[in-house]
Amino acid sequence: MTALRARHAIPLRSAAAADAAPLISARGVGKVFRERRGGGQVVALDGIDLDIRDGEFVSILGPSGCGKSTLLQCIGGLLPVTHGFLSLEGKEITEPPLDAGFVFQQDLLLDWRSVLGNVLLPAEFQGYRLADWEGRAHELLATLGLQGAEGRYPWELSGGMRQRVAICRGLLLDPKLLLMDEPFGALDAITRDELNLELERIWERTSKTVLLITHSIAEAIFLSDRVLVMDKNPGRIAEVVDIDLPRPRSLDIRETPAFTAYQRRLRSIFEALGIMRRSAP
Amino acid sequence: MTDFWSTNQGRALSLLLVVAVLMGLWEAFVRLGDIKPFLLPAPSTVIEAIAQKPMWYMHHAYHTLIETFLGFAVAVICGVLIAVGIVYSRILEQSLYTFLVTMNAVPKIAIAPLFVIWLGTELEPKVAVAALVAIFPIVIDTVHGLRAVDPTMLDLGRSMRGSPLKILWKIRGPYALPSVFAGLKVGISLAFIGAIVGEFISAQAGLGYVVVSSQASFDTPQMFAAIVILALLSLLLFNLIELAEHLLLPWHASRRRQQRRAGGH
Repeated sequence: MTALRARHAIPLRSAAAADAAPLISARGVGKVFRERRGGGQVVALDGIDLDIRDGEFVSILGPSGCGKSTLLQCIGGLLPVTHGFLSLEGKEITEPPLDAGFVFQQDLLLDWRSVLGNVLLPAEFQGYRLADWEGRAHELLATLGLQGAEGRYPWELSGGMRQRVAICRGLLLDPKLLLMDEPFGALDAITRDELNLELERIWERTSKTVLLITHSIAEAIFLSDRVLVMDKNPGRIAEVVDIDLPRPRSLDIRETPAFTAYQRRLRSIFEALGIMRRSAP
Repeated sequence: MTDFWSTNQGRALSLLLVVAVLMGLWEAFVRLGDIKPFLLPAPSTVIEAIAQKPMWYMHHAYHTLIETFLGFAVAVICGVLIAVGIVYSRILEQSLYTFLVTMNAVPKIAIAPLFVIWLGTELEPKVAVAALVAIFPIVIDTVHGLRAVDPTMLDLGRSMRGSPLKILWKIRGPYALPSVFAGLKVGISLAFIGAIVGEFISAQAGLGYVVVSSQASFDTPQMFAAIVILALLSLLLFNLIELAEHLLLPWHASRRRQQRRAGGH
């Protein structure tokens, strides 16, 4: 890891300084897409102000088409913003930062590579010596319950296992920031619960900053320190809810009054935005 | 133990059986009907013709194969490069792609004599015809394969800070390979036909030349011998590409089903 850090030359800061300066900062960020035909414009994001502290777990919750994926892609440097200023550690984001790991909705594993080969892909893309990273890859796979699966191929794995491999790949270079775009959306409910727990555990241990996009209110509350609720047309942050639940969290927490109160609150925000219909009295 | 006739050996054996029965019928038809060899030689006569001068046939087969391989190689290299250009550049897509589709409308067999004028009567015009007929399916299928890649897959490559070349080499290219091989399989058969057509027009060697010159001398057994060898070689070429595909794409979906079937019961 030291080699990686030295190469990227991340300035070491005191914990106090890290508290002061946010890891990710957005000021008046907007994204306008030009339509290919007709010359019309689609405002995907408008006036996004956002600070994410180092080590924070933040979820973005919102209806389809609210621009939450677009926001994640902008923060990940995959899409340029058209308005405002977006920075990671004070530097404007113009390309995918080395210090960000991605997990997408589809696992996007390469079928022609073994599990180990898939996990090592980010190191290979950086031109690192793979031998230096194999140890960490094995470690990560073991953490996610995939020890012994290193030599297997993606098509031999279940959906849950595949997404676990994708998470290992996202974590390989030990990025400060993990960007997750509905990573569990395609999984069955039980596998989803399992992976929620594992992600919580990993986050507790590694103190990474995680930005998670999800459709699920329960998932957002269970994992997050803060939940950002987005509204659409144009995509903007409508409300921010701090989740003050004790850590580490177990799945049982979902039955506690505090948890259900958060669920009610988030639901009422969606109702107020007209996204969710008010339930009958 | 699965059904014997669905295994590889079983399929080979059943094919052999069908061929043997047809040959037997053909032999019987020629002998009993007392048909002149210059109209329709019996299988035994054809085999005899080959057995008389095997080295001579080998020599001509060698020429045809060299032309095919060279033409195919040119088609593969140019075809894949053109396909990559078409996929990555708007200008190339609009100019080259349209040009290629237009070119494909011209019957290439009909312009083969032109190559004789341009390139002479040696190896070159045959290689040119072979390459020209083989390149089209290779370009089309490679373009299709490269375009079929999930855009989020390319996002993954970009998120790992990969250059376009690295993404092409490590993600997009391998993804397109099954499609590329579909093009190669059609391409190799067409290159072979192209080489033979080139030999029809003007040649001193090659199996296509043997067919044409046998016609001039009414040596039908020799003509049949050349045709039989051509058919076998065409089969061999196709299977070579299939073998390469098998070795290079162990992950391909169609293979997986086979493995599951073989291992499942």
